[in-house]
Order: sequence, then structure tokens, then C-alpha cells
Amino acid sequence: MVRVDGKGDGTGLIRVRNLDKQYRRGSEEIHVLQGLNLDVDKGDFVAFMGPSGSGKTTLLNLLGGLDLPTAGTVNVAGDEITAMSAHKLTRWRARHVGFVFQMYNLIPVLTAFQNVELPLLLTKLSRAERRKHVETVLAVVGLSDRMDHYPRQLSGGQEQRVAIARAIVADPTFLLCDEPTGDLDRKSAGEIMELLGRLVHEHGKTMLMVSHDPRAAERAHVVLHLDKGVLVEGTASAGGEA
Amino acid sequence: MKFLRLIWANLVRKKIRTTLTIGSFVVALFLYGLLVAIRIGFAGGADAAGVDRLNVINKTSLIMPLPFSYRDQLKQTPGISGVTFATWFGGVYQDERNFFPQFAVEAESWLAVYAEYVIPTEQRRAFLQDRQGCLVGRSLAKRFGWKVGDRVPLRGTIWTGAWEFNVSGLFDAARPEVGTDLMLFRYDYLEERRQFGKGTVGWYVVKLANPDDAVKVTKIIDDRFANSPFETLTQTEKAFAASFAKQMGNVEFLVIVIGTVVFFTLLLVAGNTMAIAVRERVGELAVLKTIGYSDLAVLSLVLVEALLIAGQGGVLGLALAKAFTLAGDPTGGMLGGGFTLPWRSLGIGLALTLAVGAAAGILPAVSAMRLRVVDALRRV
Repeated sequence: MVRVDGKGDGTGLIRVRNLDKQYRRGSEEIHVLQGLNLDVDKGDFVAFMGPSGSGKTTLLNLLGGLDLPTAGTVNVAGDEITAMSAHKLTRWRARHVGFVFQMYNLIPVLTAFQNVELPLLLTKLSRAERRKHVETVLAVVGLSDRMDHYPRQLSGGQEQRVAIARAIVADPTFLLCDEPTGDLDRKSAGEIMELLGRLVHEHGKTMLMVSHDPRAAERAHVVLHLDKGVLVEGTASAGGEA
Repeated sequence: MKFLRLIWANLVRKKIRTTLTIGSFVVALFLYGLLVAIRIGFAGGADAAGVDRLNVINKTSLIMPLPFSYRDQLKQTPGISGVTFATWFGGVYQDERNFFPQFAVEAESWLAVYAEYVIPTEQRRAFLQDRQGCLVGRSLAKRFGWKVGDRVPLRGTIWTGAWEFNVSGLFDAARPEVGTDLMLFRYDYLEERRQFGKGTVGWYVVKLANPDDAVKVTKIIDDRFANSPFETLTQTEKAFAASFAKQMGNVEFLVIVIGTVVFFTLLLVAGNTMAIAVRERVGELAVLKTIGYSDLAVLSLVLVEALLIAGQGGVLGLALAKAFTLAGDPTGGMLGGGFTLPWRSLGIGLALTLAVGAAAGILPAVSAMRLRVVDALRRV
């Protein structure tokens, strides 16, 4: 169950308490997030919506350990990531977080297979084991026949599928998706949301997604609105309830 | 090893740029190889010089002769185990461009003192038995296609006229720094035919019983012939070779300056290439860090890429330089120390290459390592 009032019992997968993030731009201090609380359970699919500059991506970066808050804590599966060293945080990220970006961010000189294999190179898996994992996830995203294609040989939708395969190949604890359909046409966007939905419902993944697109957000169990650095009440969607 | 594919993919992503950068290493290391070979050559064989040999020349000038009668007096000098002598002949083969060193030597004693010349026994014997016989260095024989049994005509420039020699044998060098671009023939043949200068030699070479006695023996020899019509100047062979090389100017300094400029330019070229390569890939490096690649891993990826570029170019350049030197002295023996690129110099060249590669890669690698993921992703 997703809560934003900070009164969760602490048994959830993700627990955020009093999260503040401030930036300094010249002499001006910008409060991006202010006292934000969030509780997310395993298997939840949460969509964050809000206007540009509302702090959605900043929140995602903090949840993924890419950035550090000015104040507050982020606890994931018992690990307080806001207290970790940079090195430990990198290792934690490799183990627990799968990232999906709006612009796919594939390495253009690597094939789909090689792109998906990248996170596994950090593990102790053998070459054969890595191959098996990569083939499995490429089959899940429906790209078994595009393994040896380079990103430039794929459509936008297919590139995003490869990016999703890369995000899930190491079986992370949760997925963070930053506008995963933002650069796709309507049909491809629908297919990607369908795929993300399947990952949650059929594979039990926990997903937190930023999106401007209400149609994409409809797939989430919960839609949370972020405005002026504050998470406002959850909205039940077709996919679940708050 | 499992990251090699990623590194290689990055290397070949801009093929022309990578090829040009590797090419700059090839050219620089080829040049390095040639400079080393030239330095060795100009050292006049200083590196090849025996530590147990002294050269005795006319104090006035190297080109002034010494009497043949000094041979027996030198033999009586304490601390000496052998004496030999040589005379510069200065002949040309077919035309002026085919110049190479020829020395008239006392056959038996010369071969005893210069043990680094390796000659098959039967060829040595043939040389000792044939007054018109000559020994030809392997490199020189290769240059003119001479073989044992050939008759070689030379035109004398000091002692004019046509001189003919029989190739009795070919000699090799026991050490790579010893040149084989020269010809040795018998002094008695010269003495018999020359029109002037009879009873003289160009210089003496004395072999020391103990190399530690060099200073003492030098003084004894020069004192012995002091105030005579033919005063002597005795030097160790190394000093003699070095002073001979200095007549051509400070080649070593010149070589070092050129080499330094070449490597510094190479550093700028390679450094610029790596900086551009990293700048173009900021987003990709940020993605790698996002999915769990540590700062050290990212630094290593960039650094190994720089080392691979340098290494490939360096190995190729050094291989070309080695092949070039193996083809022989392009000056036809003017480089007294031979025209060689020793394995040790190849090793130093490779180490320099990798050092330049590392220096060129370190700043871009550190900037990649320090990349803040959040900032970099915002730029994508």
C-alpha cells in the first residue's frame, strides 16, 4: 500500500521520511523537495505526475541513490541509502535498482545483446550464464530476434524495450522509470506501458515511474502528484488503489 | 577480459580518428627507433667498444700515420696482452656512392684482438693464406650481394689505381651493437702495392691484460714516444669512438631534443583525442555509473582505451623501425657503431609509449571518474 503521510508501519519496501532537497542557483536557494514522505510496498506500481520543475526526476534520483538529499532519509528493503558512502551506493544500485530513461540511453556501439549484458558484467556470472539471462529477458521484452541489432537498427519502441531488458536483467529490487514513453509515438508508448504493466503483474516487479502522460499513468496502481516539492494525495487508478 | 568488448567497441566507434591517433604513435615510435639507431651509429661504436682495448694514434691527428716499428716496442709494454694495427684505405666500389669503410689489418693479430667478429674456421684460414683475401661484414655483403669466392675490385682514392680482392670469408658480430658494414683486408697486400707511406700504419690497437690498468698503460705508452717525431695519443677505445663521434657534433643531444619534442607532441595529440572521446561519451559514462559501474571501473575503461591506442601504435612503429634497421645501414657504413635497434631500446620505446598513453588518458579518465551522474544525465 502506498502512503504519503509518513504514517506507514515501516514494513514496506521503500520508506521515505522528511525528504528535503535544495539547490543553490547563484544567490537563490531552490527548494525542490520539502519534507516529503512516501511508503511503497513490494509489487506496487506508482506513477508520479506533476508539472515540469516539480521535482519528479529529483525524487527518482534520490530513490535510486544517484543523488543525496539535503535532509531526510530513504530506506529501501532495510538499507538506509542516504547514509551510504558513494562506493557502497554504487554497489547497492547495481544490485537493487533498474533504471529506464526517456531517451533509452543505450550504448550505440553495442548490440542489443551487449547493452543488456552490461549490468551482468559486474556480477560473477559466467559467460554462459550471462548469455542465458540476457536471452531470457530479451524474450520477455519480445526482442529475441533483434539480439544482434545495434540501437540505430531498432525503432524507438524497440530501443526502449532493450533499455527495459537492461533494467531487469540483474533482477533488481525495484525499477525507476523516468518518462519511459516520453519520446515514443502513441502506439509504441502503449506497447511499452503494456510491457511495464506485465513486469509488475506477472513478474512481481515494484515500479516507480515519472510521466507527463495521463494514459501512461493510468497503468499504475497509484498516481501521486508532485507540486512545488510536496507529494499530494494519492489518486486511485484503474490499475489499483491508493 | 569481459570488459574488453566494451573497450574495443569504443575504440572502433570513430575509426578514422582512432586510426589517425594510432598512426601518430606509429610515426613517433618509428622515428624514435631510427633516432636510437642513429645515436648508436654516431656514437661511433662507443657502445661496441671493448673495455680492454686502447687505441694509439698520432698525437697530431688521426689521419697522420705511425711507424710500423712501434709494433714491437708496444709489445714490450707491461700490462699488454696483444697488439694489432690498421690503416684506413678509402677505396670506392664501382662509383663514389658505394662508399664503405675498408681497413688494411695485420690479419692474425687483428682477429685475435677483435674476438667479437665471428668467422667460420675455414674462411679464417683462407683469409690468412691469401694475400689478396678480404673479410666482408655480413651487412656489407648483403648490400652488394657478395659471397665467398667473389672477386671484388675497388678503386683507391688515397693509393690510386685498381685494387682487387678475393672474398675469403663473411663475418658476423657476436653482439648486435657491433657493426658489420666494413671490409678487412691484409696489410701486407697494401704495403706491397702502395706508392707512398710504406712502413707506416694508421693506428695501433693494444689489448690490455687487465682493463683496470688502462690509465697506467696509457701513460706508459704516451711517455715512451714523447719527444719523438711520431708522438702518440692513447685512449680507451670507448673514448676514441666517442671523440670520433663528437667530430660530427653533439648528435646525442640533438637526438634527445628531437625525441622529447616528438613525444611531447604525441602526448598533446593523444590527450586531445582522449579528451574529445570522453566528452562525446558523457551520457554513456553516466549510464554506466547509473547501472552500477564504480568510479574506478569507469576510470579504468578510459585508461585502458588510451593504453590500447598507444600500445597498438607503439608496437607497430617499433616493429617498422626494427625492420628498417635490419635492412642495414642506409649510409653504407658511415655510422661507425652500426645501424641497430637493440631489444633493450625496443623495450624502452614500448615503456615510453605506454607512459605517453597513460599520461594522455589520465586526465580524461579522471574527469570521467568524477562525472556526476545527475548532471551528466540532465545533459543527455
